[in-house]
Amino acid sequence: MDNKVAEGVFFLTGKDFSNAGAASSNLKGVLEGMSVQPDIIRRAAIAAFEAEMNVIIYAVAGMMHYYITPETIRIVVKDMGSGIPDIGLAMTEGYSTAPDYIREMGFGSGMGLPNIKKNTDRLDLDSVVGGGTTLEFIIYLNKDSKGAKNETL
Amino acid sequence: MTLDEIKNTLNAAVLSKREDMNLNIVRAYCADLMSDVLAFSITNSLLITHLTNAQVIRTAEIADVKTIVFVQSKRPDIETIALADTKNIPLLVTDLSMYEACGKLYEKGLRS
Amino acid sequence: MKLYEIVNSLSLEVKTPSLDLNKEVTGGYVSDLLSDVIGNSKKGNVWITLQTHQNIIAVATLRDMSGIILVNGRNPDVDTLLKAAEQGIPLMVSSLPAFELVGRLYSLGIRCQ
Repeated sequence: MDNKVAEGVFFLTGKDFSNAGAASSNLKGVLEGMSVQPDIIRRAAIAAFEAEMNVIIYAVAGMMHYYITPETIRIVVKDMGSGIPDIGLAMTEGYSTAPDYIREMGFGSGMGLPNIKKNTDRLDLDSVVGGGTTLEFIIYLNKDSKGAKNETL
Repeated sequence: MTLDEIKNTLNAAVLSKREDMNLNIVRAYCADLMSDVLAFSITNSLLITHLTNAQVIRTAEIADVKTIVFVQSKRPDIETIALADTKNIPLLVTDLSMYEACGKLYEKGLRS
Repeated sequence: MKLYEIVNSLSLEVKTPSLDLNKEVTGGYVSDLLSDVIGNSKKGNVWITLQTHQNIIAVATLRDMSGIILVNGRNPDVDTLLKAAEQGIPLMVSSLPAFELVGRLYSLGIRCQ
């Protein structure tokens, strides 16, 4: 990619399903504009999209910050929501507290956080019940970056 | 398989404006759970689904899905069709059930 | 076609060993939306889905379906297994994606009327 850095923020509104996914779509555009490798863009976009949907579904509101350097894509999603009582359980594939109407929209199948983990190189989840959740993840852009997965770059 | 062959196999209508009927599709995937599409679909594939909301278009965009077939005559609203147009994702709608749509495309050689 | 024939032809993993697989399959139905299955599936259909939640058993019972096949190697929740055995709904798992599994069922002559 070009030797550029970029950062930005998107504001997310809970239950705003008509705009759900727009932030991740914009982020995908930013990464494409910086000529990041397509498979890296796909991983970042998928992780961002799942994180964005989590805010839309579960929280009142939230923010998605992104920081792109020549080495990493770092995304921090902070929400004002009810928090996650058991993070281990939330990370389990198929575990979900989503109501039926969310499932009927095609979401809330308990794959969101596992999907984020699968597509990122580092993931930190910090949640306070009643206080909200902060999710931070990193994707390395270069093979030799510390901890990078064996992805084709 | 070209988009045109898919359209004929499913007796489908094309909803979007910017379709390229010679677009070549080699992989197909059917699901109504968007996380599953994100986790397992292959890039440049065809998505067959019952859902017609805007998130399906967003999911397709994020997962690099090339085109979407809506089954059981389910049509998205105008805004959703417009969104797909801006993302260059052709939309097809068929009267067939998801089962029949998958079966017929498999018979014609499409795989997951 | 009988359910056990499908299990054998497609190498499905049977999760409810106590249940009889000598059931007639009238057709196939693939969907992950419970309301859609309630509205459109037919009696004796085998249901192909990604959903592992215990509600799938209630839906299959309501529609008198012949069984449920979970795809992509998804494992049913414990509650789902218990409900399946209790309600007599055979539960099977395939490692294939739904499209591929439906394609093979279609090749066996199973249709969706």
